[in-house]
Amino acid sequence: MTGALNDLRVIELCTEAGAWAGKLLADMGADVIKVEPPTGSITRTYAPFYKDVPNPDRSLFYWHYNTSKRGITLDLTQAAGREAFRKLAATADVVIEDQPVGRMATWGLDYPDLSKDHPELIMTSITPFGRSGPRSSEQATDLTLLAGGGPAWSCGYDDHSLPPVRGGGNQGYQTGCHWAVVTTLVAVMHRDFTGEGQHLDVNMHAAQNVTTEAASYSWLVARDTVQRQTGRHASAIPSQPVQVLAGDGRYVTTGFAPRRPRQIRVLIDWLDEINLKEQFESWPLLEAGANLDHDITMQTIQEGGEEAMIFGAVRDSLVFIAEHVTAYEFFIGTQSRDMQCGIIYTPEDMIEDKHFIERGFPTPVEHPELGETFTYPGAPYRMPASPWQIYRRAPLLGEHTSEVLAEIGLADQESSLRTAGVIA
Amino acid sequence: MPAKALAPIRIVDFSGVLAGAGATRILAAFGAQVIRIENPANNGAWDPIRAAPPFKDERRGFNFGGGWNNHNVEKLGVTLNMGTAKGKEIFPRLVAMADIVAENFAAGVMERLGFGYESLQSIKPDIIYLSNCGFGGTGPYQPFKTWGPIVQAVSGLTYTSGIRDQPPAGWGYSYMDHGGAYFGAIAMLAALHHKHKTGEGQWLDLACTESASTLTGPAILDYTVNGRGTRSEHGVDSNRGDLPMAPHNIYAASGTDEWVSIACRTDAEWAALAREIGEAAGDPRFATYEGRQANRNDLETLVAQWCAPQDKFDVQHRLQALGIPSAAVQTPEERIDKDPNTSSWGMWPTVHHSAIGDVRVDGIPVHASKTDWQIARGAPMLGEHNDIVYGEMLGMSADEIASLKAEGVL
Repeated sequence: MTGALNDLRVIELCTEAGAWAGKLLADMGADVIKVEPPTGSITRTYAPFYKDVPNPDRSLFYWHYNTSKRGITLDLTQAAGREAFRKLAATADVVIEDQPVGRMATWGLDYPDLSKDHPELIMTSITPFGRSGPRSSEQATDLTLLAGGGPAWSCGYDDHSLPPVRGGGNQGYQTGCHWAVVTTLVAVMHRDFTGEGQHLDVNMHAAQNVTTEAASYSWLVARDTVQRQTGRHASAIPSQPVQVLAGDGRYVTTGFAPRRPRQIRVLIDWLDEINLKEQFESWPLLEAGANLDHDITMQTIQEGGEEAMIFGAVRDSLVFIAEHVTAYEFFIGTQSRDMQCGIIYTPEDMIEDKHFIERGFPTPVEHPELGETFTYPGAPYRMPASPWQIYRRAPLLGEHTSEVLAEIGLADQESSLRTAGVIA
Repeated sequence: MPAKALAPIRIVDFSGVLAGAGATRILAAFGAQVIRIENPANNGAWDPIRAAPPFKDERRGFNFGGGWNNHNVEKLGVTLNMGTAKGKEIFPRLVAMADIVAENFAAGVMERLGFGYESLQSIKPDIIYLSNCGFGGTGPYQPFKTWGPIVQAVSGLTYTSGIRDQPPAGWGYSYMDHGGAYFGAIAMLAALHHKHKTGEGQWLDLACTESASTLTGPAILDYTVNGRGTRSEHGVDSNRGDLPMAPHNIYAASGTDEWVSIACRTDAEWAALAREIGEAAGDPRFATYEGRQANRNDLETLVAQWCAPQDKFDVQHRLQALGIPSAAVQTPEERIDKDPNTSSWGMWPTVHHSAIGDVRVDGIPVHASKTDWQIARGAPMLGEHNDIVYGEMLGMSADEIASLKAEGVL
């Protein structure tokens, strides 16, 4: 069986902003050919490195974002490089690029140039602010996209003397890429139905703006402004803290406390089971809650009477339990009692957790150049009829240049292109 | 009006909240016919945001939830009580004319309703079935329940968001509800392409915690390859970040809770910023990236002091004029109503909702030259399109529909 996109050839001309889009397509079977300058993509210089030694073929950042792709070098500042790119694009179903606005046109490699004799071509352009509009020439990074586009406003701490937080891991770029991939696949379906290609103008700033959940629609609908809070939803109305340091020094998140008498009984039994019932001073309130003949409602909590006190005790009991057990015990203990609570894992905790191992999420990837095999994060979705897979590790610099030149009929020019520095 | 790319596609949709509803919303914006099914017995209360704030005016109830409208634009809405025998008879007739069945119930709910993947396949052999839940359809945590913050916590996304010497800040919203929606849309479209080529459908099992983990790749590799974990003496600082850029942070500007971000990607960008800051920034320790990184605390303090008395937008404009990435941390009002990029893009289309009236919603951040999106119709009121779907599409008579309503099936 082969991947869902195994009939598609994609030419990727992307740096850090767009490489995730190419990976998503490549791991679904598309033949993604990454085009880099002869010196290599700048992301080959990004830490961390294998054994911490900088080397263009050993950036773990590059490794992650470029699995399953083939890699070639082409100097597009030279006419011969651009000519080779045109030949390559003529064999492609999709060109995806994150170049500064105007550069593709300057090179004569923009959608009108490439689609003139190839109307089935889909070209996806990822830029910070879209290709038109008053901000289209502004500079941006992942940080500034998240700051200007909305996410940072909602992330941070209860203490507003601390700054808003850029969520980690290049999520601004990745959000732009998710939209690039979704719409590229919409265009692929349109082409399946009609044979017609098109150009897609992806605006990363806009992508952040529509990835803020309630922050946008609270303003759009009610002109309410959400305010950031530690570890939980930013809200126009403050909510109670949920993040607790567990007994072993790791954090958990308690979520919504239970409001059903039956669940409160379960909490009492749990306190009893771990011999904490006597130490939890408010347990008579829990008993009262467990003996109610109805659920506690948000309304009775807001009214502030006895049920509000009971609910406060329920919340306190969750925190109390968390503080006296390990984070993992709290996670398993709550979830197995039908409460939606979580453990705050590090990325490495997650990849080593037995659930994900049993599901086969950690994915071994062979690095023959090092004689080693490493564990990568696996499938974001299971599609058994057309399996997701990492077909190969990221390309070494220029690894597939000869092979691809041969495929587009330029094998005889390889040595002259190399001499001229068009390829490395 | 642009062509609708996905006009031939029909989706029978149980998916709610944002992680599910957000996926089918995107396909609907590109022309797919999405039929959202809700339970009449509880007025669609399975989806807790149907009746939840924000509200446009003083009216309340299950037809007025502002978030629900946002996530369900361009969909048709029908009611069907899947707990009734007649509901179980009618549902397969919808499946028979669908390309996709989508849901984000807790794992196992569809099986208990009698419509797991094999059952759907027996109704429509080439059906594509998307199930989207926190821990997926198999494994020891399969019964566990999640929502965005739990997914983010377990995946590592919460831990990796914060600043030095502070606990994790996490994400101040369900980032992975958006993420789940994006991954779900990608999986559905890839499966549609596979079906177009091969005639074959499949079950798409999306475990949102796994999708989320793929978004922390370099941190995972630093551990699996180099054995270096993310825990450290000062904790994670995602504002400083780990791209090779310094300064790179969010700084206080003049005013209350006003902030501006700055990132210098190169020594030349730093040199340009240093000229603005003045003498202190000429310190040779800061001339190279390695030097700035080695003296990072001093560097950040210097930039912070320079920003503090200035208006956040003045800093942004001043640095953008020099080609340095900088952006004010914008409030919702600033980015929605005052940012010239968003209005010129058409980022906030106005939809008409049959009960709420006219209201703005999230647009799509991509423009397609031949088959651009359209978001004009608001989310359906409960059962708003029963007559169209059951009458026109399934051919039921008005009397039949009326008696099904009376019986509580619709």
